[in-house]
Amino acid sequence: MLPAVLILTAVAAGSIPAASALASARWPGRSPAAAILLWQALGLGWGLAAVGALAGLGAGRRHAAVARAALAVAARVVRGAALGPRPSGLLADLRLASVAAGLLLLMLLCWVLVAASAVVLRARRRQRDLLSLLAHGDPKVPGALVVDHPAAAAYCVPGLRSRIVISAGTLELLDQAELAAVLAHERAHLRERHDLVLLPFTALLRAFRWSAVARRAEGAVALLLEMLADDHALRHRPASQLATALMRVGAAGSQVPSGALAADGAGGGEVAVRVARLLRPAPGLSAPAITLVCGAAVLLVAVPVAFLFISF
Amino acid sequence: MDVLWESPEPLTVRQVSGQLTARDLAHTTVMTVLDRLAKKGFSRRERDGRAWRYRAAESREAYVTELMLNALDQTGDRQAALARFVRSVSGAEARALRRALEALEVRELVEPRPSLDARKPLEEAHEG
Repeated sequence: MLPAVLILTAVAAGSIPAASALASARWPGRSPAAAILLWQALGLGWGLAAVGALAGLGAGRRHAAVARAALAVAARVVRGAALGPRPSGLLADLRLASVAAGLLLLMLLCWVLVAASAVVLRARRRQRDLLSLLAHGDPKVPGALVVDHPAAAAYCVPGLRSRIVISAGTLELLDQAELAAVLAHERAHLRERHDLVLLPFTALLRAFRWSAVARRAEGAVALLLEMLADDHALRHRPASQLATALMRVGAAGSQVPSGALAADGAGGGEVAVRVARLLRPAPGLSAPAITLVCGAAVLLVAVPVAFLFISF
Repeated sequence: MDVLWESPEPLTVRQVSGQLTARDLAHTTVMTVLDRLAKKGFSRRERDGRAWRYRAAESREAYVTELMLNALDQTGDRQAALARFVRSVSGAEARALRRALEALEVRELVEPRPSLDARKPLEEAHEG
């Protein structure tokens, strides 16, 4: 048990500086899909390892799989509460607290995911209801809805009944080719359900609002998903059209009044990074490098799973 | 809903049907739609004798504002409900992008084939 707990602790603790490093790295922009896979593995690996380390520390049985040993402890506690006094002492109490902390963390992680999903579904339903009352089609943007407002907005409402929305301001701002590039970008988001990739990271941020790493992870994954959608749009449209569309919408951004939160640094030069990437593309990662990234992702999940469910 | 927004006073189902002459809708259809709008909170209804009278809960502008605040990420609630083409942009970044665009447009006027190299102002934006 002890080596398992040590390794799980190392994975959980090591994930945090690794996430920081990944957020500052430059290579993810060259192969966004591989980098997103690594982010997902890092998040999942951290969650499994942190829960497993806490539970394993308390379970303390040799050679048994961490998950089984922790469940055995939990079962003993339930039986003990029903039948009478349980073994006491500081060490036993600490062990019990550790198992309980592991289970609580697991429940917290599941709960924030459910809560974040509920918030998102409610917000999307409201968007669709409002759009059905306010928006109309326009031959300039086939398949998209237009809202009559002078600000420059372009977005999509993902889901089973998805919508692409363009404001009248954006319609004015962009020419026909740029609009087509924006639509191609948004369609890529909808087709590949990028919202589902981002959801666990926003959920994590809701649970750990104080954590700079959680904030950077969410920002990095969101930016990578935008790059991925940009790359898809490039298959149908020239890079220059997408780049000028980005610059025009970005430049119009701060003209919107009531910018209560516009300056919270969430953007952090994202538009400039995306435009530079479109106009001067760096070569994608080499095949060995991609293999290395995917291998690391598999290990990050496989190692905690192995120690949780296999006895040594 | 447009009929309700344009009317200064609450309307009965019959009055709404009367204004929708362009589209030949059954009375019950209009009633169902008004009922659904009321359930979703977009309209309020009050008893007037034997009939219900409906009025819009909020002005059209209020709903457009709500929609756009969400669309532009200005509600202060970071959630993954929508995927925006451009996430929130700081004032400094927007200014730098405007300069880059202007530089681009000047180039297009001077050179017949623009090389689209907007490197300098963009790097300022990234650092700023």
